[in-house]
Amino acid sequence: MTMTEQPDAELPIQQLESVVIRFAGDSGDGMQITGNQFTRTSALVGNDLATLPDFPAEIRAPVGTRAGVSGFQLQFSSKDIHTPGDAPDVLVAMNPAALAVNLKTLKPGGIVVVNTGNFKDADLRKAKLESNPLEDGTLDGYRVIAIDINERVAEALEDSPLTAKEKLRCKNFYTLGVMYWVYSRPLEPTENWLREKFARKPDIAEANIAALRAGYNAGDIHQLFHGHYEVPKTDALPAGTYRNIMGNQAVAMGMAVGAKLAGLTPVLGSYPITPASTVLEELASYKRFGVVTIQAEDEIAAICIAIGASFAGALGMTSTSGPGMALKTEAMGLAVSAELPLVIVDIQRAGPSTGMPTKVEQSDLLQSIFGRNGDTPIPVVAASCPADCFEMAIEACRIAVQYMTPVIFLSDNFIANGSEPWRLPDVADLEPFPATFATNPEGHLTYQRDERGARPWVRPGTPGMEFRLGGLEKDVTGNISYDPANHQKMTDERHAKVAGIADSIPTPKVAGAQEGDLLVVGWGSTGGIITQAVEDARAQGQPVGHLQLRHLWPLPHGLDEIFGRFKRILVPEMNMGQMARVLRSEMPTHDFVSYTKVTGQPFLTSEIQAKIKSLLEN
Amino acid sequence: MSGATLTKKDFQSDQDVRWCPGCGDYAIIAAMQKYLADSGADPAKTVFVSGIGCSSRFPYYMNTYGFHTIHGRAPAVATGVKAANPELDVWVVTGDGDSLSIGGNHLAHILRRNVNVNILMFNNEIYGLTKGQYSPTSPVGTRKKTTPMGSIDRPFNPVSFALGSNATFVARTIDSDAKHLARMLKAAHEHQGTAFIEILQNCVIFNKDYYGGFADKKVRSDKMIDLRPGEPMTFGKDGDKGLKSKGWHVEIVPADEADVWNPGLKSAAPSFLMSQLDDDPSLPTPYGIFRSVRDAVYENELHQQIEKAVADQGAGEIQDLLHGGATWEIEG
Repeated sequence: MTMTEQPDAELPIQQLESVVIRFAGDSGDGMQITGNQFTRTSALVGNDLATLPDFPAEIRAPVGTRAGVSGFQLQFSSKDIHTPGDAPDVLVAMNPAALAVNLKTLKPGGIVVVNTGNFKDADLRKAKLESNPLEDGTLDGYRVIAIDINERVAEALEDSPLTAKEKLRCKNFYTLGVMYWVYSRPLEPTENWLREKFARKPDIAEANIAALRAGYNAGDIHQLFHGHYEVPKTDALPAGTYRNIMGNQAVAMGMAVGAKLAGLTPVLGSYPITPASTVLEELASYKRFGVVTIQAEDEIAAICIAIGASFAGALGMTSTSGPGMALKTEAMGLAVSAELPLVIVDIQRAGPSTGMPTKVEQSDLLQSIFGRNGDTPIPVVAASCPADCFEMAIEACRIAVQYMTPVIFLSDNFIANGSEPWRLPDVADLEPFPATFATNPEGHLTYQRDERGARPWVRPGTPGMEFRLGGLEKDVTGNISYDPANHQKMTDERHAKVAGIADSIPTPKVAGAQEGDLLVVGWGSTGGIITQAVEDARAQGQPVGHLQLRHLWPLPHGLDEIFGRFKRILVPEMNMGQMARVLRSEMPTHDFVSYTKVTGQPFLTSEIQAKIKSLLEN
Repeated sequence: MSGATLTKKDFQSDQDVRWCPGCGDYAIIAAMQKYLADSGADPAKTVFVSGIGCSSRFPYYMNTYGFHTIHGRAPAVATGVKAANPELDVWVVTGDGDSLSIGGNHLAHILRRNVNVNILMFNNEIYGLTKGQYSPTSPVGTRKKTTPMGSIDRPFNPVSFALGSNATFVARTIDSDAKHLARMLKAAHEHQGTAFIEILQNCVIFNKDYYGGFADKKVRSDKMIDLRPGEPMTFGKDGDKGLKSKGWHVEIVPADEADVWNPGLKSAAPSFLMSQLDDDPSLPTPYGIFRSVRDAVYENELHQQIEKAVADQGAGEIQDLLHGGATWEIEG
């Protein structure tokens, strides 16, 4: 950290490498918007960043209660970062409940910005606090910036035509303005966003802008902070054009682009479910890209619509989360039996049953690989971070089309709502995988397989190619067959086809140590955290490697050899050890150490670091 | 392929039909094949989608495109087929268990969406393929293996169900009346939007002649009334009886006093009233066309929105999609 005296400024600007902020307030306080705006602006000024939204499933839990606390954490940095940070440097707490829930995560000596306007006796009672944490010593050891934001917003909006209640709703933008001042961020991107968002309600746009500016000026005038800070733009990222991207947005783009690369119309059948609904919402806005979306009556209809679309020669897709996966199971079997391409997106959340809909978990892995009646193999891929969703959604489309198979794409709540800068790919580098349709009846058989084991795809409407297909076992002609030898043959072929997908996927690269005592194997959203932990461990001289799996079933070739170069393999995952179980059963000769966490929160980098350290020491 | 040259035989697949001898399904498939040939249908553009049950084997026996899917879900699959390719001529074949029990939700929703498909619902008031359990259309008191003391759940009336789902075309016919069946197939096929036909179908093994009391040829003219759009509601062996609505009731009147049937009124109330007629044993069981109205067709609207978005904003390319948000440059 360097301190730079700015000759023209009254207050010094300190340069920081990385900052972690956590915005926390009531569900209705607009904390997700505040966090997303801070994220977007930080991206535009050129920081690397990673985010962790953390909100309740209830849209509006009782006001002021701990259950209703909504949080948004982000780390922004001038270096290449991989996680939203373990512990915030700054906690913005809009009410006592937000403070009570989040204070334990704050760094020792960290900054707490509190809205004192919401620390009245009634507020404390709602938060089940017996005394006022602003006065009872709870905040000793932290730097407390106390602002009556309610009062300040009311003053700033004195001339606004809005009602008092509507004015108060602008308090999150006041807060954002304060934080923009503290971290020297420009106001324009948020002002422009507000004017666009509230184009039809200019009074609301202007009030929020006024609140934003008032917050910014308060930082400047009142010297609330003893100075302000700057996190310079990063030079650690490769050159290119960047945009900020959320995981579910990247999934939607990948699906739309995947269909284009296959030369097919994408047809998404989907039913709203947290945290996957935004995939449907995003794709529904892609009409001019030729994307067809249907909000189905239920999860089963959603996948069946997609299957019908694939039968008709489009690329069927469906998006859901765990409970929806359970409902779609029978239809997945139909797609396996009919051998139709289909992309199934599962944005995992904490289970079982309804579980914790807005909290993260990776517990649908075994369900995805094995969870169907019959011997019903389906390939499974997983994205490792928000931007990776784009590439892996395309990969899911490729496998589906080239192998005439349903493919499950796994993401999770951490990736889905998290965001990061994404270097836009060069469109010319995206390799097409055009679908081909059989049109010649001469010698055509419905289940005659190609070199990949895929059957030919026939588009209804093609003259002379009429065929019947279904979930009953069939022979090579597609006609129903209960012949014992045929069932053995078809089952073997379905398995060989899916196993053979491994021939088309690269062996993942090991980062860090290429051999030695310890390899950390991750999949899904643990990727960034493991990357950070392994980089830190290596910086301390610990010989550790990291391998991130993106193809989960079939597993890529070459893993056995890689694992053989390490004494032990640590498998951290947010479930009860599902990937470790898969790896043990597939490659039983290695020493896999399962490390699990199911709190609904991602691993902390420090947790992985501690595990690495203890394994290396013992 | 010119449809005019095709015969009924051209619509028969090479698969052996495996329904029980005497099953009503034979008459229905024969009528279907004949209708398709007569109407000049193109086998390459015709798709049969079915669920699970005896009736759902139908696609295997048709020399068209066919998809035998999973229990109850044929309407959803058919919706996907039409969404992907509105040009295809799609028929859904289902039964009372498939469409009103496990698949009730999908039936309701395809009807309200008004996807342009034709749904043939074979109603035999029994589960045939699982060997004779009562179904959601079986009358109260039906004694079968799972209801040794008689069923206690009240049945669905399929026509009322369809009307309640805001269906734009609802008809009822009988497997044993080939001419009527053909007329209903034609009317359904010509309808734009979801056409629902309940076909009273005889399961000779598990529920033989359940409809004999009113549909048997010997009594049909007195016990049933054919609802013919634009014609007086008359019935009886000599055509001497008629129906007339008086407020919320329907009464039997001399033929010359009968109301003229109109299934195309804005309100579905008269259709619903007619659908419930057979609750009164003194009144005839209606069949024919209960409802026929025009409304927006789902897949047309679906694609029109896409066409409008393309017309307003231009056809989107990958480059536009990726660069759609705020971007910034990092220089090397």
